[in-house]
Amino acid sequence: MAGTTDVAINQALREPAWLRWLLTAACIVLLVGIVVLPLAVVAVEALRQGWSAYLTAIADPDTRSAIRMTLFVAVISVVVNATFGIAAAWAITKFRFPGKRLLLTLIDLPFSVSPVVAGLVFVLLFGAQGWLGPWLKAHDIHIVFATPGIVLATIFVTFPFVARELIPLMQQQGPDQEEAASSLGASGWTVFRRVTLPNIRWALLYGLLLCSARAMGEFGAVSVVSGNIRGLTNTLPLQVEILYNEYNYTAAFAVATLLVLLALITLAFKLWLERRHADALSRRRGRH
Amino acid sequence: MIENPIDSHRISATFPHRLARDAAGNHANVAHARTRDEGRRSRAGAGSQKEGGMDIGIEGLHKRFGTFPALRGVDLRIPSGQLLALLGPSGSGKTTLLRTLAGLEEPDSGRILFGERDATRLNLRERNVGLVFQHYALFPHLSVFENVAFGLRSRKRRERPARADIQKRVLELLERMQIGELRERLPDQLSGGQKQRVALARAMAIEPSVLLLDEPFGALDAKVRIELRRWLRHIHEETGYTTVFVTHDQEEALELADRVVVMREGNIQQDGTPEQVYEEPANAFVYDFLGRSNRLAGNVRGGMFQADGCGATFACAEVADGAAQLYARPHDLALVATGEGLAANVIDVRQLAGRYVLTLELPQQSRVVEFDVGNDARQALPARGDLVAVRPLRYRVFAGSNGDVAKKG
Repeated sequence: MAGTTDVAINQALREPAWLRWLLTAACIVLLVGIVVLPLAVVAVEALRQGWSAYLTAIADPDTRSAIRMTLFVAVISVVVNATFGIAAAWAITKFRFPGKRLLLTLIDLPFSVSPVVAGLVFVLLFGAQGWLGPWLKAHDIHIVFATPGIVLATIFVTFPFVARELIPLMQQQGPDQEEAASSLGASGWTVFRRVTLPNIRWALLYGLLLCSARAMGEFGAVSVVSGNIRGLTNTLPLQVEILYNEYNYTAAFAVATLLVLLALITLAFKLWLERRHADALSRRRGRH
Repeated sequence: MIENPIDSHRISATFPHRLARDAAGNHANVAHARTRDEGRRSRAGAGSQKEGGMDIGIEGLHKRFGTFPALRGVDLRIPSGQLLALLGPSGSGKTTLLRTLAGLEEPDSGRILFGERDATRLNLRERNVGLVFQHYALFPHLSVFENVAFGLRSRKRRERPARADIQKRVLELLERMQIGELRERLPDQLSGGQKQRVALARAMAIEPSVLLLDEPFGALDAKVRIELRRWLRHIHEETGYTTVFVTHDQEEALELADRVVVMREGNIQQDGTPEQVYEEPANAFVYDFLGRSNRLAGNVRGGMFQADGCGATFACAEVADGAAQLYARPHDLALVATGEGLAANVIDVRQLAGRYVLTLELPQQSRVVEFDVGNDARQALPARGDLVAVRPLRYRVFAGSNGDVAKKG
């Protein structure tokens, strides 16, 4: 039945052939122009001076340090956001409490704040002239222009991904299964491990994927707090910028290919999740 | 065991569907068929000795949601082994009462007793109740077997049965529920009726103090619903768990339960056997809620009811003088000779699933009257526009003029 209805709608909406071709062609041209071509340029520029130059650029100690830093920050923010996202989604969907709407809005805040502002906030808070600066200095704790600052800024910008993915799904599923499990005598942890987690695992993975992609690619917030200390506080995107500003195009593009590669892996993984486990992801996916 | 075939016959005549159940629901140790009244008495008398049974006490239960009073002082004692229906329209508090019994809601005041034990402050996990949700709430990633084994496997190591014992108990339970062959399936691969059986098996696996079922047949189609109702009755007679179920379907409550508690606006309106609430409804609300009904507005004077705009009078000795309403079921009306009953105008004649329904209009009555024509009157079926006279063969008169009293939710 559904099939016939679809066909009927398609026929009713059918536009003249020339219009369909025109629209499709416009889309393709645009996509090639602003997505495919730049990606190709990255690859071509990176390999302009041959494979050995490419490998040398990547093997550079500063670049390797940037790779390590990027992966480290991504892993930390994924772990933190997984914990926070699950906790927030759990609180919002399972409990009644005052200030729920406010919490929801706060979770969304990082999406609407410019990343540069997010970075500045941490500088103002933890920097030498910041609110907590003197105290931190007295105790010899380095946050800004050091790894903790980068981690904090990255967590800030990736804050909403997991929670936004889980909340609609858990709202849709309701509390019945958890209530049933509790009534059968399961402890809170058992309920979470044996009932909640299996229900949200694919949505959680999806959220973490978006989170890690953003964590690895974040530039603005990290750029403000990092201080661009080579070999110490540089992530991959910052390293690309430094190399580019030094007219070291080959190296800059070589490092950029690493970011492109990470993005493509994420994309493939995301596609697989969407196809294979569409039913386990929330049907009310909004903004991504 | 007292045999009382006459009593049995009376009940079966009123509720013919009971006959089949009484035959099917025999306990193994009872050689002869017995009436449900006796079964109820013996089960109530056995107290907590019966397998899985426990007395439940509810005392002065109050619950508000914001400003909405969901329960306004509910008192109820449920003897061990009873199958009790909480019946009422939505918003009557029946679901809140069930959820409070389960420990899903905390009462503002009042007590809940499981046997001798005060369970009011016990949480869901400590309460050991078997919960069956309207939409079953099966765990979608676990097989039927694992769903049923969940409660046993979730116990603390000290209290957990050995692996082999769990296996044995779950398989026995699945056999009893007639779903043994489904044990490897996932919930998505089951029909609604099968899911319901799995949900019940899962709840029974923990040997609960009480089984609580929220609209157990609400999500099923009509045919499966009737089949499952009989099956549930059968399972109940075999296992003897104290069972409370919530429903808004009066037929379901009347057919399935030992006892029906009719609720409205957080209060109990009537509490009795299905026969009692159907035959002797306590008030107009219960009468109206338990089936299709006709209502005539009028007055009582000296123990006689006279409908507005009609000459005929009807005896109602127990009702005080003043405004009153007469209630009669559509199948309890009969055509009589003109002048002997209520004069009415036939405004519609419909044929519904093998029976005829006349819609009658009476002078000065705001509500039309529905009349299910019996087999005997079918030869002389009136036509639309005819003037007829009808008389209620059985009726109830309730004092008061407020039509909203009997409004269905």
